[in-house]
Amino acid sequence: MLRLFPLLLFFVMSFNASAAVSETQQSALPLLVEQLPNTKLNKMAPLIEQIAATSAPQVRAILQPLMDGDLYYLKTNKRVVSVYKNEQKQYQLTDVLSAEALPAVKKSAIKKVRTNNRLRGQIRDLLANLDLTNTDTDIRIAALKQLLDNPNQAGLVAVNKLIKAEKDEDARELMSVILLIEQLQTGSIAEKLSAAKQLSNRLEPTVKNALVKQLGSLPSNAADAETKELKTVLSNAIDSIEQQASVFSLAENLFFGLSLGSVLLLAAIGLAITFGVMGVINMAHGEMMMLGAYTTYVIQQTFPNLIEYSLLMAVPAAFLVSGFVGVLIERGVIRFLKGRPLETLLATFGISLILQQLVRSVFSPLNRQVEAPQWMSGSLEINPILSLTYNRLYIILFALMVFFSLLMILKNSSLGLHVRAVSQNRDMARALSVKSSWVDAITFGLGSGIAGVAGVALSQLTNVGPNLGQAYIIDSFLVVVFGGVGNLWGTLVAAMTMGTFNKILEPSMGPVLANIIVLVSLVLFIQKRPKGLFPQKGRAAE
Amino acid sequence: MKTLLNSPSVNNITKKMSSLHFVIAILFVSTLYVTVCNLMFAEGSLLHVSDYTVSLLGKYLCYALLALAVDLVWGYCGILSLGHGAFFALGGYAMGMYLMRQIGDRGVYGNPELPDFMVFLNWTELPWYWAGSDNALVMILLVFAGPGLLAYIFGTLAFRSRVSGVYLSIMTQAMTYALLLSFFRNEMGFGGNNGLTDFKEIFGFSLQSPNTKLALFVATAVMLAIGYAISHFIVNSKMGRVVTAIRDAEDRVRFVGYKPQHYKVWIFVVSAMLAGVAGALYVPQVGIINPGEFSPLNSIEIVIWVAIGGRGTLYGALVGAIVVSYAKTRFTAIMPEAWLFGLGGLFVLVTLLLPKGLAGLVTNLMDKIDPPSTDNKPNSSDGSANTSTNKSADDSILTAENK
Repeated sequence: MLRLFPLLLFFVMSFNASAAVSETQQSALPLLVEQLPNTKLNKMAPLIEQIAATSAPQVRAILQPLMDGDLYYLKTNKRVVSVYKNEQKQYQLTDVLSAEALPAVKKSAIKKVRTNNRLRGQIRDLLANLDLTNTDTDIRIAALKQLLDNPNQAGLVAVNKLIKAEKDEDARELMSVILLIEQLQTGSIAEKLSAAKQLSNRLEPTVKNALVKQLGSLPSNAADAETKELKTVLSNAIDSIEQQASVFSLAENLFFGLSLGSVLLLAAIGLAITFGVMGVINMAHGEMMMLGAYTTYVIQQTFPNLIEYSLLMAVPAAFLVSGFVGVLIERGVIRFLKGRPLETLLATFGISLILQQLVRSVFSPLNRQVEAPQWMSGSLEINPILSLTYNRLYIILFALMVFFSLLMILKNSSLGLHVRAVSQNRDMARALSVKSSWVDAITFGLGSGIAGVAGVALSQLTNVGPNLGQAYIIDSFLVVVFGGVGNLWGTLVAAMTMGTFNKILEPSMGPVLANIIVLVSLVLFIQKRPKGLFPQKGRAAE
Repeated sequence: MKTLLNSPSVNNITKKMSSLHFVIAILFVSTLYVTVCNLMFAEGSLLHVSDYTVSLLGKYLCYALLALAVDLVWGYCGILSLGHGAFFALGGYAMGMYLMRQIGDRGVYGNPELPDFMVFLNWTELPWYWAGSDNALVMILLVFAGPGLLAYIFGTLAFRSRVSGVYLSIMTQAMTYALLLSFFRNEMGFGGNNGLTDFKEIFGFSLQSPNTKLALFVATAVMLAIGYAISHFIVNSKMGRVVTAIRDAEDRVRFVGYKPQHYKVWIFVVSAMLAGVAGALYVPQVGIINPGEFSPLNSIEIVIWVAIGGRGTLYGALVGAIVVSYAKTRFTAIMPEAWLFGLGGLFVLVTLLLPKGLAGLVTNLMDKIDPPSTDNKPNSSDGSANTSTNKSADDSILTAENK
């Protein structure tokens, strides 16, 4: 015990000493802050550096407003304050050191602490470095990303210190990337070699830039073996990064394609029922989707506090609204035109015009804003160049859900049985006491209701306006025809194929040309196979 | 008409001839009336027809020609084209290109060779398809060749693989939609979003002058008369009968040994050319052509003209186009909101209540006033057979499409 005592004493003393150091640094802060109003612009940089170096808790409260141009001092006593202009156009002051609120003053009583862009850049880096030691991992990672894009000496030193203690895997990786880039730029050739090798599987754009820059800085006709090796390693690393990047960008296009495909699927699936199964051409199908989208809007307006749940409420509501309108259309118009497809086409087109004008008169011709709930925004980041937005992910899932539930209804419910029976042989079904007219109305309502549900999903992706439906009607007809009329699986395959094809063409030729090419190739395909991808076989096809 | 119908000796052929003469006579008289009243009577006079009315009427006659083209394919061949606006617009663009070149160096940028929009987009030379567009003959050729070629390619592909009914309608709609999208692109060299406009003169005559407008109106009336005569001749020729037979029972025609696709392509191309001529006459009268003309809605509006007038009658199409266009002009001026309600309602009501359109309504009324006598029947077997074939025609269209 006695022998341990001096050791203990040493520890205690050293602890005290270090505490004393940081205390003296912190107590220097007021002095430094006092200098702010009097320092010339060209002397500001070291002063800001010193303020940040104190690592006092108030540093952020000083530097943030300084960067944003909200840091002022009172003309009377040179007290440094951050300023917030409230709604009454008064200037509310907060003392930066004590965080004490001061009485509001006129603009003439205060004067801005001046900065310039160079200083603001410096402050941004310093603030990011402050975040490096934050306890929240997300903030740390954000700070590291910031540092990766704008490397600075202080940050590098801090990372060098922190990397040992870092617990989080992602953060540590980022730290090592930052250090490796530094090593690549300033190290010896051997160090550069190992850095380049280790960096070859990183996808951050900064890494690639650093590698390219490094390769460019090497003398083109270097004789020594080391430089040559470094050159090959660098170019290999760049190649491998580019290769991975192209794989991931293909994956991204594929994802976009699938999400467009599911939008098409949602739009076409109701049509697959009304057109594919019942054989009714419903040109007002797009307007059923529009009604669904407007239902979402109305629900958000009625329950402004429940935005988070609005979509969940809108799905059944839209189904009911569009389904009801669908039944009305079937009872009022379509049943009188049975077996006259061209007339049905014209009449339903008239209905679509009426519905569009109705919406224009009720809600105004301008687009309406439908808000996205919190859980739909943001994105799932898989790696630095591939991130999948949640709204598209949800829509893919939603489309598949709708698809399979519809499939279940048609395959396994008695309604589905009746629908299939009536569509295959109306007279025989009637003879077996199926109420065919009732089945027609319900089927049409089902198809229209699903269009309404699709409208809810669309309200999250596009503008909600009177023309929302028109944009999709031709595409969705083509999807149904392409997939094979009366075949739900065909519709699924067709929608996904069309979506992916479109999005894969898009990067090289732009959205409009891609759209045209898809349209034209579809038209050509239908010429070749008029019955679509999966034609119906057997007696049902007649 | 009534007296003609009353006389038992009049057979079907003379009745048809008379409908041709009747239409041309009406066109001639009204054109003469408008011309005389526009030129002879001073402004303010009760009989004066204003320049505005003249160009409005010219526009209606273009629409009538377009409706005639649609009636030829829909009413007589059963091809419901939802893309005839594309042929109309292509004819219009051919004329527009010529008119653009006539501007010469009087454009804003003063470039003698390139139209303004090309200078604006930093083009250095004319694209190949604009070659010769300053020549009136080339323009006239293009007015026929552009829509005709598109119709030929589309028709060959579609009819050879026996795409028919609703599928064909949707494909024609997709065709005009694809063209709409492409003409919106600046890279196409057709003025993009703004289209072609600011025309100065045609064949050396200023487009602003009232006399040119009147001349265009008369030219449109003459073209409409020629178009009507051609269509009338076609539907009454042997070929026209085959075409009608294809509408009624395509399979049977095929079994008899005809090749329906040839007839269909042929009538589709003729119809597209008529639509193209209508577009070419339309553009100088309204002074602009832009991609909006390709919009599927326009094409469907043409169909409703024909449906309202009564398809399969030719003259019904003219009546429908003029009546609906006039209603549109009036309604959109008085209460623009109501127009789409009205148009939509027309679609629904006409298909539900007036499947044969106004022409059918008139025939029905005549039949009620003056029911065909029994002794008349053997004599006018042609006439009554005609109506009955029309009925069974409708039925057989249904059965054919039902498949």
